[in-house]
Amino acid sequence: MAAQQFKNPVVNWIDRRLPIFTMMHHEYNEYMMPRNANYWWSFGALAMVVLITMIVTGIFLAMNYTAHTSMAFESVERIMRDVNYGWLLRYIHMNGASMFFIVVYIHMFRGLYYGSYKTPRELLWMIGVVILLLMMATAFMGYVLPWGQMSFWGATVITNLFSAFPFVGDPIVTWLWGGFSVDNPTLNRFFALHFVLPFVILGVVILHVAALHVTGSNNPLGIEPKGPQDTVPFNPYLTVKDGFALGIFLIFFAAFVFFNPNYLGHPDNYIPANPLVTPAHIVPEWYFLPFYAILRAVPDKLGGVLLMFGAIAVLFVLPWLDTSKVRSTKFRPLYKPFYYILMADCVVLGYIGSQPPEGIYVLIGQLATAYYFLHFLVLTPLIGKIERPRPLPASISESVLKGGGRFPAGATAKPMEKA
Amino acid sequence: MRAMRTAFIAAGLALGLTGVLGVPGSARAAEAVHLPEVSFSHEGIFGTFDRGSAQRGFQVYKEVCAACHSMRLVSYRNLAELGFNEDEVKAIAAQYEVTAGPNDQGEMFQRPAVAADRFKSPFPNDQAARASNNGALPPDLSLMAKARVGGEKYIYGLLTGYEEAPAEVTVPDGQYYNKYFPGHLLGMPPILQPDGVTYADGTPATVEQMAHDVATFLTWAAEPNLEARKQMGIKVILFLLVFTGMMYAVKRKVWADVH
Ligand code: HEC
Ligand code: HEM
Repeated sequence: MAAQQFKNPVVNWIDRRLPIFTMMHHEYNEYMMPRNANYWWSFGALAMVVLITMIVTGIFLAMNYTAHTSMAFESVERIMRDVNYGWLLRYIHMNGASMFFIVVYIHMFRGLYYGSYKTPRELLWMIGVVILLLMMATAFMGYVLPWGQMSFWGATVITNLFSAFPFVGDPIVTWLWGGFSVDNPTLNRFFALHFVLPFVILGVVILHVAALHVTGSNNPLGIEPKGPQDTVPFNPYLTVKDGFALGIFLIFFAAFVFFNPNYLGHPDNYIPANPLVTPAHIVPEWYFLPFYAILRAVPDKLGGVLLMFGAIAVLFVLPWLDTSKVRSTKFRPLYKPFYYILMADCVVLGYIGSQPPEGIYVLIGQLATAYYFLHFLVLTPLIGKIERPRPLPASISESVLKGGGRFPAGATAKPMEKA
Repeated sequence: MRAMRTAFIAAGLALGLTGVLGVPGSARAAEAVHLPEVSFSHEGIFGTFDRGSAQRGFQVYKEVCAACHSMRLVSYRNLAELGFNEDEVKAIAAQYEVTAGPNDQGEMFQRPAVAADRFKSPFPNDQAARASNNGALPPDLSLMAKARVGGEKYIYGLLTGYEEAPAEVTVPDGQYYNKYFPGHLLGMPPILQPDGVTYADGTPATVEQMAHDVATFLTWAAEPNLEARKQMGIKVILFLLVFTGMMYAVKRKVWADVH
């Protein structure tokens, strides 16, 4: 990466000694994006914005929060009532967690549809799965902090899962709790971890983007760009496009924060934690519901726990389960309907997770769980083998421009000039 | 992908709209609770508290509910937000004696409450509260409007929902049949009676009126920043609409020669 000349002498001085500006320029100005990337490619940038938002609001919340079982609930209410704009910080942070999962789930389904997890982006995808795991841990521990009824009972149910493991199970749970039930030591360590994990996520996200910038982005056609006629520089093309996407997303986000901030939450969490009173239904936050359904699909506790972790493990090895050489589902007539069925299956699992495990819900939950694994372990390898994909276009620019493009290929050969 | 996009946009809009239109969050909770059809002035994106109603609601709380229910998260000074002036707030606080201290002699003493004090609780602890209520614990009301499915509508329903128990239900001593309470057997007596309070502004104190007023007051107590939040929300959304529109125009211009 050749050192860049900058107009600002101070920037230049620093850059010659520590080329961070050259690096930023390289990664975010010149980075070549396939010109046909659609708005589904904006969700990575959106996730980044949400991550930063969560870290900033979280730090200010932490300045006013007290991690003690006898004070946590009231300290959150103090933030809501007495800290200047505390209600704003808290509602942004609370809804931001949900927004984070909405954005990241869409980001993942984008990757699934366009085969972004396939060679050479396997590691990029696996780093993504690691991020997902870290996010889940962070969100789970964050939900415990306000020390409401759902905080306490959610923590009790989830930590208890580890007791399913033979021999080591009970000692592990005691170790996690720092005692013999979810109590003050548990709250304290969850706070410490909840504070530090987002920074770990940030670090892993930097690796994620670094890996991305080695392979370059995939695109809706799933074919590699063949030259400058197939790409546009990130800045200004993607900065403005992502900026527009960000605007739409922030409107959606703000609608929740300002007009119905508790819509995605559970009323029971406005009741202080009480170890002696169990809520009628203990339900996790909506973004855990599909996993919760898988957990409860088998009557055996250990089996449920293994299945739940398995649901994420299959994502980890997905690049090797998929035998198709073609990335984009656009050209995979046989796979396409199964992609949508999988999507529907996840929604069904989410719904089942929100219902009490009785009657017909149990059966539906079991079928949906079985289908989830069937999709990844059987259908994905099999379809790749028997499917006859549609012919791929020769290049991105050919495919883009034949559909009503106003300029011949090459018109954008030097697009930087106009920035 | 078109189908996926349409599905997502539809789902997103639906979620966003329910979010905006103020469908009570928990209406989607598992058990289908049916709620009374009442509306409140603080609903909707432009909603504000009806100050008169909230003040009357405070009176109902003070004269009726406070016999059993605490409101530990609210201070007398907060009442200024409902339109009470400084002297009125001081006068309200001064009606209560609170324990303070220790003084220089190391003794606790009683003094009249000041504006900065939290609402005085009727019982020194939960056990005492249970002992006077047939073993049932009257919960703190500070967050009640956010801590139940249905919020203020549920509170209204609970206070107006006492009725004769159906023949097949036996109501134990000290419990009362209420059509809105989950399980229907409630440990709280039908405490609101017509003209149970005398409103200074001459509003007739029907049970419905008092229930509506106290529900308004409790919503304010649970969410005192509701008005500031909604007003800021309007400005933020307007700003974002302009921002997004501009980004769209810029995006069109930048991409004009690529498509
Ligand atoms: C005589 C004492 C008493 C008075 C006065 C009283 N309550 Fe209650 N209230 C109770 C008790 C006891 C419970 C607990 C009932 C139970 O758990 O079965 C209760 C429960 C409640 C609940 C919670 C119901 C639930 O879903 O758990 C609400 C809301 C409530 N009261 C509102 C009020 C309001 C508003 C007033 C004033 C208009 C009031 N109460 C006056 C004794 C009282
Ligand atoms: C904190 C959460 C995350 C952040 C901030 C993030 C950020 C990004 C960014 C900025 C990009 C480039 C823009 C784009 O293609 O959308 C990207 C690409 C990608 N991400 Fe993520 N990501 C996150 C989570 C995940 C997860 C959970 C996965 C999958 C398990 C994942 C898989 C991918 C893949 C495969 C790509 C390349 C896509 C392509 O080129 O087609 N990411 N990510």
